[in-house]
Amino acid sequence: MAHMEYNVPSERWPAHPETATMEGKNKFVGFWIFLAGETALFASLFATYLALKDSVPGEDHPLAADLFALPLAFVMTMFLLTSSLTSVYAIYHMRNNNFAKMQLWLGITVLLGLGFLALEIYEFIEYVHHGHTFRSSAFGSAFYFLLGTHGFHVVIGLGWITLLILRNARRGISVYTAAKVNTASLYWHFIDVVWVFIFTIVYLLGVM
Amino acid sequence: MASTAKKQGVGSVIWDYLTTVDHKKIAILYLIAGGFFFVVGGIEAMMIRIQLAVPNNDFLSAGLFNEMITMHGTTMIFLAAMPLLFAFMNATVPLQIGARDVAFPFLNALGVWLFVFGGIFLNLSWFLGGAPDAGWTSYASLSIASAGHGIDFYALGLQISGAGTLISGINFVTTIINMRAPGMTYMRMPLMTWTTLVASVLIVFAFPPLTIGLFLLIFDRMFGSSFFLVETGGNTIIWEHLFWIFGHPEVYILILPAFGIFSEIFSTFSRKRLFGYSAMVFATIIIGFFGFMVWAHHMFTVGLGPTANAIFAVATMAIAVPTGIKIFNWIATVWGGSIEFTTPMLYALAFIPSFTMGGVTGVMQAAAPADYQYHDSYFIVAHFHYVIVGGVVFGLLAGLHYYWPLMFGTMLSEKLGKITFVIFVIGFHVTFLIQHFLGLWGMPRRVFTYLDGQGYNTANLISSMGALLMAIAVIILVINIIMTVAKNQKVGRDPWGDGRTLEWSLPLPVPYYNFAQIPLVRGLDAYWIEKKANNGRMMPSESLEDFHMPNNSFIPFVMSFGLFVAAFGALYFASGKDWAIDAVSGLNVHPWAPWVLGLGLAITVGAMITRSIKDDLGYYVTKEEVLRDLEEEERRAR
Amino acid sequence: MKNRWMNAKWLGLITILAAFASGCGKNHLSTLRPAGEVGQEQFDLMLLSIIIMLFVVIVVSIIFTLAVVKSRRKNLGEDFEPKDVAGNHTLEVIWTAIPIILLIILAVPTVYLTFKQADTQAMENDDGEVNSEEIVVNVTANQYWWEFEYPNVDVVTSQELVVPTDKKVYFNLQASDVKHSFWVPAAGGKMDTNIDGINSFYLTFDDGKAQDSNRLFYGKCAELCGPSHALMDFKVKALPEEEYDQWLADMKNIEEPVQAFADDAAEGQEIFNNSCIGCHAVTPTGAGAQGPNLTNFGDRELIAGYLAHSEENLINWIEDPEAFKPDNKMTGAYDLTDEEIASVAAYLMELKVEEGSGDVETLRESAEESSEEESTESGEEEEEASSEPSEESASDSEEDSSESDEEGGN
Repeated sequence: MAHMEYNVPSERWPAHPETATMEGKNKFVGFWIFLAGETALFASLFATYLALKDSVPGEDHPLAADLFALPLAFVMTMFLLTSSLTSVYAIYHMRNNNFAKMQLWLGITVLLGLGFLALEIYEFIEYVHHGHTFRSSAFGSAFYFLLGTHGFHVVIGLGWITLLILRNARRGISVYTAAKVNTASLYWHFIDVVWVFIFTIVYLLGVM
Repeated sequence: MASTAKKQGVGSVIWDYLTTVDHKKIAILYLIAGGFFFVVGGIEAMMIRIQLAVPNNDFLSAGLFNEMITMHGTTMIFLAAMPLLFAFMNATVPLQIGARDVAFPFLNALGVWLFVFGGIFLNLSWFLGGAPDAGWTSYASLSIASAGHGIDFYALGLQISGAGTLISGINFVTTIINMRAPGMTYMRMPLMTWTTLVASVLIVFAFPPLTIGLFLLIFDRMFGSSFFLVETGGNTIIWEHLFWIFGHPEVYILILPAFGIFSEIFSTFSRKRLFGYSAMVFATIIIGFFGFMVWAHHMFTVGLGPTANAIFAVATMAIAVPTGIKIFNWIATVWGGSIEFTTPMLYALAFIPSFTMGGVTGVMQAAAPADYQYHDSYFIVAHFHYVIVGGVVFGLLAGLHYYWPLMFGTMLSEKLGKITFVIFVIGFHVTFLIQHFLGLWGMPRRVFTYLDGQGYNTANLISSMGALLMAIAVIILVINIIMTVAKNQKVGRDPWGDGRTLEWSLPLPVPYYNFAQIPLVRGLDAYWIEKKANNGRMMPSESLEDFHMPNNSFIPFVMSFGLFVAAFGALYFASGKDWAIDAVSGLNVHPWAPWVLGLGLAITVGAMITRSIKDDLGYYVTKEEVLRDLEEEERRAR
Repeated sequence: MKNRWMNAKWLGLITILAAFASGCGKNHLSTLRPAGEVGQEQFDLMLLSIIIMLFVVIVVSIIFTLAVVKSRRKNLGEDFEPKDVAGNHTLEVIWTAIPIILLIILAVPTVYLTFKQADTQAMENDDGEVNSEEIVVNVTANQYWWEFEYPNVDVVTSQELVVPTDKKVYFNLQASDVKHSFWVPAAGGKMDTNIDGINSFYLTFDDGKAQDSNRLFYGKCAELCGPSHALMDFKVKALPEEEYDQWLADMKNIEEPVQAFADDAAEGQEIFNNSCIGCHAVTPTGAGAQGPNLTNFGDRELIAGYLAHSEENLINWIEDPEAFKPDNKMTGAYDLTDEEIASVAAYLMELKVEEGSGDVETLRESAEESSEEESTESGEEEEEASSEPSEESASDSEEDSSESDEEGGN
């Protein structure tokens, strides 16, 4: 095996830079397997939530139907879905070896993610005012654990993408960094998919 | 960088092992740590058997006994059996598939250090106010009621080492999918590689439910949530489900690699290819798949209702079919072969009847109404020790003798090995066969003592005698290891003489880059084929050139250490707080707890950021160095 | 040599299993001496599975031994090259099909019995109330003692379960603190007492089998529940139905605590009323108390579930319960001198229920009455419903104990 060249000149830029190296291939497969594990993780979380969603200590404790506001959840969904789309744009430009546009779309993804996070924090504060906290009931514990785990993933994802933008700013793009950007983007899509399930199972099912 | 492997001196050797990403050295780390915990768990087992040797014994107090059984189970499963299997997986799988390392060498190192720190954390409970005492299953109502921090050590320690296991699992799946040498198709992979692949997939799907279960426990005990607190709507049965959704596949995660080791040994020491290879592979996959559908057979008496019990009973019985296929295939492999009774082969042969016994009692328990009687009695204790000792531990001991030359370049004494074998196997059957009957006579498990006059005395004494024999056997094994290390008599390539798979084609000690040239695999039992066709020389699949290797790194150690520190913060977080559960609300307040938690997490996150920002492009092994090594090898061979 | 040893091992195993099949263990606590229909069915299923599995083990051992004996390298010579066999379809089909057939043979009775033994419909009537026609016992498991309530007649007792023979006895199982498991090995399999909800099942006790074991079976807690898990035993007294009814009537007859007779016992009663009655009731009422009901303590077979029933043991137990049952809730709950303890013990040993004192007929009527009233004013306290003319004289102790229930419930 010859010495690996990370900084491929633009005329030889591969169609799939993220899997152009052995490390890239490993990252790609390994990350999908990681996401399989994450699926099992969220499946357990959803199961726990479904088992406890109506379990509150007394009748005066609020339940899902008393708390959830679909419009807010819908706006949050839009933020996250759009951010998934913008991360696709970033990958598209990465494949075209267009560094500046890749950075730009990654930046927009981060902003949308931050918007989502801000709304989620606002939502949680509202709920706490209604007496629905992590400690108030099993329903509360399960709700905040499920959404908190998802929110924690969003935070990690945002930190990760921000870090990539910063490190790429100095180094530009190569098949080495392409693999990193691609895995981050896979992660972001996964977070998005989980949110779709949260929207359906927690919010829609909750208010129905 | 390439020269790090050649440096001498104690300090540099230790530093080398702290920073290594080489799968062979990581295997040794797993072996040392796992071996240590195996001895610790064994001592705990001896304490248990001493306490139960006679009725109304007061060798251990009731509370201490419960800590002993909890730590014995937890240590043996999570800190001994799993890491020892990882040791053999790491030692063999990359070599068996013809790779220079695993897919993620950095993560491999992270996995071992997470396990080590998790294990240390868990065992520190002995010195910091008492070990966990709710059984290795740690059922929620008791684990919430258990006073002090014991259960917190359990939950946090397992969380850390469990993360390590998950990472290692992902790593092996990726390695086996991506890193196979040219010609090494899936259906040419040795059984050890196949079982590692299936076990790793099980890890990927089974450990996350445990992670969630442990988080629920951690949040309830340390952060005031109410998942398991019935008065605020909690439900303790959730823990049982999550634990067993993990716990049952875990059994297969343990036994499948042991099956892999046995398959290699049967074939090698019968000088015969594995009978029904494709059936074996298929059976492995089926067992792994069914492993996820039967968890509730641990919960027949919980009150899930007859429909659930009936479904899970029948599903459980179904697993017997692929397992039976395996047993018969092994026998057919031996049949008509030329058996050499080496120590590993002796363990493999003893495994068949022992494991069959454990298997059939497993099917007996699948019959739900009968299980109402067996459940939580000594019958169960006998059953799972027959499976785990007769299957997994025999596999580990067989693997230890079989792969020792591959890992260390020396041979364990066959004479001492056979003595160990005889004493261990006799001790094993003496200890556990009689326990079936104790259970049927109505002795519940996890009892710290039993009364005189219930007919349990003789049987318990016999059982304790057997345990003593097993302890003697382990001591002889340790002596064997020390003597072998002290003598340091090196052996060369293919020390067993009948090696069939790629790992035996390598010179011993295996070069740090494994293969000078990645071999071309021309069929099942790749090395055996070349022995017959090519005088034992593997055909290279590439020309001899420079190749790429990963850098050592200290970051995995730091990351794991950060979580270790953070765990102390989490542990004492709820101490003395008024919102905490009764078990810890009466303890002293530790105002530093949140800071330690934050500090630990900061260390870990900082290490992760460093890893992400800093490029780690590895280094190249030059053609000249490899040529030098090859010449050296030639000279030694002459 | 190896093979001879292997053969010997299997021979030994078969001998032991043969001994096992003929029945082993003690009448009063072995699963292999079933004492009723449920236990018998489970035992039969166990036997069926053992026979099938023994067949498997024997077949495997024979083939295995043959394979090993035939293929020793010592006999075949160092240079023997075995023929590589990739597989054999016929063989593989055979050893897949035969296990499947064997498992189906086992699966059919398994599924049948699973449903049969879970059928507890009869314990409730159409309104979802406890069926007064059936024997129903509410079991509450506590760290580390058992409470048994007979909801149809509002009688509470503890540690010693009394059941009629030759009748289905239905159980409602629940735990008050942590999970336990209710197991009477001779009568049948166990069922967990969860803290989240009630589990129900039934057991039966044959009169003949009960006589074989002096009408006393051992019960155990089968789920790790804390340090004294091993000592959380109870007894089951299986009486013929008339005797059982009489026992219930006798218990029911006790509306006021039995008055102490001897001098020291009278003293003990006073001390008891000051120090102990907060947790221990001495009338058969007040389910869900903090400590075991002691109404018929003097009649019981054991102290603290496992000590021989003597005054000496009782004194030792009251002096230092922690030494006998670590982590129990009684330790440190009172402060008594040695003399006081001796008096209390004397009093407790006198707490016997006079045989034949109650009237079975009244009991039956009151049971029917109570079930009727319960269905009209559901959720009311039971004492009301079953009250006799002497309602006014409801003793202090009774009120005390019901107060303590409420405390315990919080």
